[in-house]
Amino acid sequence: MTLVRTAEVVEPSRFRFRDVMRVGSSGLGTRRGRTILSALGIAIGIAALVGVLGLSESSKSDLLAELDALGTNLLTVQAGTGFGIGNAELPETASSMIGRIGTVQQVSAVSSVNVDVLRTDFIPSGQTGGISVVAAESDLLETLNGSVASGSFLTEAAGEYPAVVLGSVAAERLGIGEVGDGVFVWLGEQWVEVIGVLEPFVLAADLDRAAIVGVDAAEDFLNQDLAPGTVYLRVDPDLVNETRELIPRSVDPENPEEVEVSRPSDVLVAQAAAEDAFSSLFLGLGAVALFVGGIGIANIMVIAVIERRGEIGLRRAIGATRTHILLQFLTESLLLGFFGGVAGVILGAAVTAGYAASQGWTIIIPTIAVTGGLAAAVAIGAVAGLYPAMRAAGLSPTEALRSE
Amino acid sequence: MSRDRSGSPVALELRNVVKAYPGTPPVRALDGVSMVVHPGEMAAVVGPSGSGKSTMLHIMGTLDRPTDGSVLIDGVDTAELDDKQLSALRGRKIGFVFQRFFLLAGTTAIENVANGLLYSGIDPTIRREMAVEALRRVGLDHRLTHVPSMMSGGERQRVAIARALVHSPAFILADEPTGNLDSKSSAAVMDLLRGLHDEGSTLLVITHDDRIAGSLPRQVRVLDGRIEHDNGVLSLS
Repeated sequence: MTLVRTAEVVEPSRFRFRDVMRVGSSGLGTRRGRTILSALGIAIGIAALVGVLGLSESSKSDLLAELDALGTNLLTVQAGTGFGIGNAELPETASSMIGRIGTVQQVSAVSSVNVDVLRTDFIPSGQTGGISVVAAESDLLETLNGSVASGSFLTEAAGEYPAVVLGSVAAERLGIGEVGDGVFVWLGEQWVEVIGVLEPFVLAADLDRAAIVGVDAAEDFLNQDLAPGTVYLRVDPDLVNETRELIPRSVDPENPEEVEVSRPSDVLVAQAAAEDAFSSLFLGLGAVALFVGGIGIANIMVIAVIERRGEIGLRRAIGATRTHILLQFLTESLLLGFFGGVAGVILGAAVTAGYAASQGWTIIIPTIAVTGGLAAAVAIGAVAGLYPAMRAAGLSPTEALRSE
Repeated sequence: MSRDRSGSPVALELRNVVKAYPGTPPVRALDGVSMVVHPGEMAAVVGPSGSGKSTMLHIMGTLDRPTDGSVLIDGVDTAELDDKQLSALRGRKIGFVFQRFFLLAGTTAIENVANGLLYSGIDPTIRREMAVEALRRVGLDHRLTHVPSMMSGGERQRVAIARALVHSPAFILADEPTGNLDSKSSAAVMDLLRGLHDEGSTLLVITHDDRIAGSLPRQVRVLDGRIEHDNGVLSLS
């Protein structure tokens, strides 16, 4: 009688990891042209993603760097103009009340002055070119992180004499570039010396169109009764929102709703966000390219499985299990996705670097775009390859060997 | 190694194998086939097309399961094995040679032969050493790094034979090994197979060609799914 040995005597088949990778990549290597074409879709999709993320980061980086330098802890306080409030005014004590809040680091008030500024006394009053006159303390420049383009800002001493500092736009409209000896403007029916011209304020563009005089000068020479129009303040950067909520009650405990607090840097942040919204359109296009690329891979893998039935049959004959066949074809499509991803990352990074360099931006290729792009490419390869690989694994050896 | 009733060891045994394909009426491609192949034997399974010899190849190669009866390979009852274990059994106990060679394009002779051990768990370096040895046995040690497209049909089939014997299987199953070759290459391939037999290998050649069958020590004639004639040692079941 024949001895019948149990199943355990047959040592199971093994497919070493190294062999899986080698077999998977050689399958692609022997069909190079097809491999390149089918990886192209993924490459284009990933390049679009990396390029869009890279370019939007690069273009924003300068904006954000500027924001960082200017600080996002600047708040402005104004009287509200809401329904039923009319033209409310800030209380005279607004500035000092705000200064008492512990988290406030600097306060500087700007009051509007009800006079005109003209280039000469021959120009009819009223043709102000949109330039307003305001009164400010000498610490305004520091609070706003502004700088002087020419001359100097108001000083404590100069505040006592009639002197004026022009915002960048105001100076341009009055035709004043440099301040040297004896540049005067006709301000409030008298000649006032221009002692400085300012660089543009990023966070307080209103002041670019203003002629700024000292508070004392405004009271003494222009006979103005000043009430604070806008209060600029710097607060503890970690407690911006908390401070913001405290301000209305401190300024006007009776009508806190009439006090409007805003954060100028929000506008810049919103601008950056708007650019994001634009780039998300391109991200969407990139995603479509990826999807199409994935379908391309699935297609080519289905064809490969049909063409290579004989090879599948042979592998089953020399010991490959269904799982080994599945692994082989899945590895092939994973590698296809991976190669496409690598090519896409390189292409996207090159486009980003080239365009950013031509625009003079800092070149930023976000890590998330690179790692995320590669991960997406591999994942798409896996998903696209799953169905063809399952078909390959499902072929019975006899079917696979019979095919012509 | 298992043994038959007379005490001789057995490489392959079919016991009353039936293979039926569903249909109306069902087709019995094999209808009660029994045979024993002893180690060192060389036999031809011969028959016209449609006789059931392809089905016999599939059953003997464990590429397909019988509807009834049992198949024992080197003493292992294949009915007890699942698909995974059958794959392993094929990889370790059986060497296949096909009419269409099934060499991987763009892959060298040595790699094609080493692929015969791909799923064995043997270290790649050793696989290559064994492949070189197998290629030497088939007389192709001067073609180690040639790819199939650089070789003649006869050489390709010799590479395929080297791949079938690289793991020292219990028997080699050759399906129409000369079907794609001219007469000169055919003769050379058959000489090679006979030479392997002389060295002690067990070989089963499936063919429709009476001349080839007649040149082998044993012929198993198949017709209509039954063994019509077997001039070898008969197994009694």
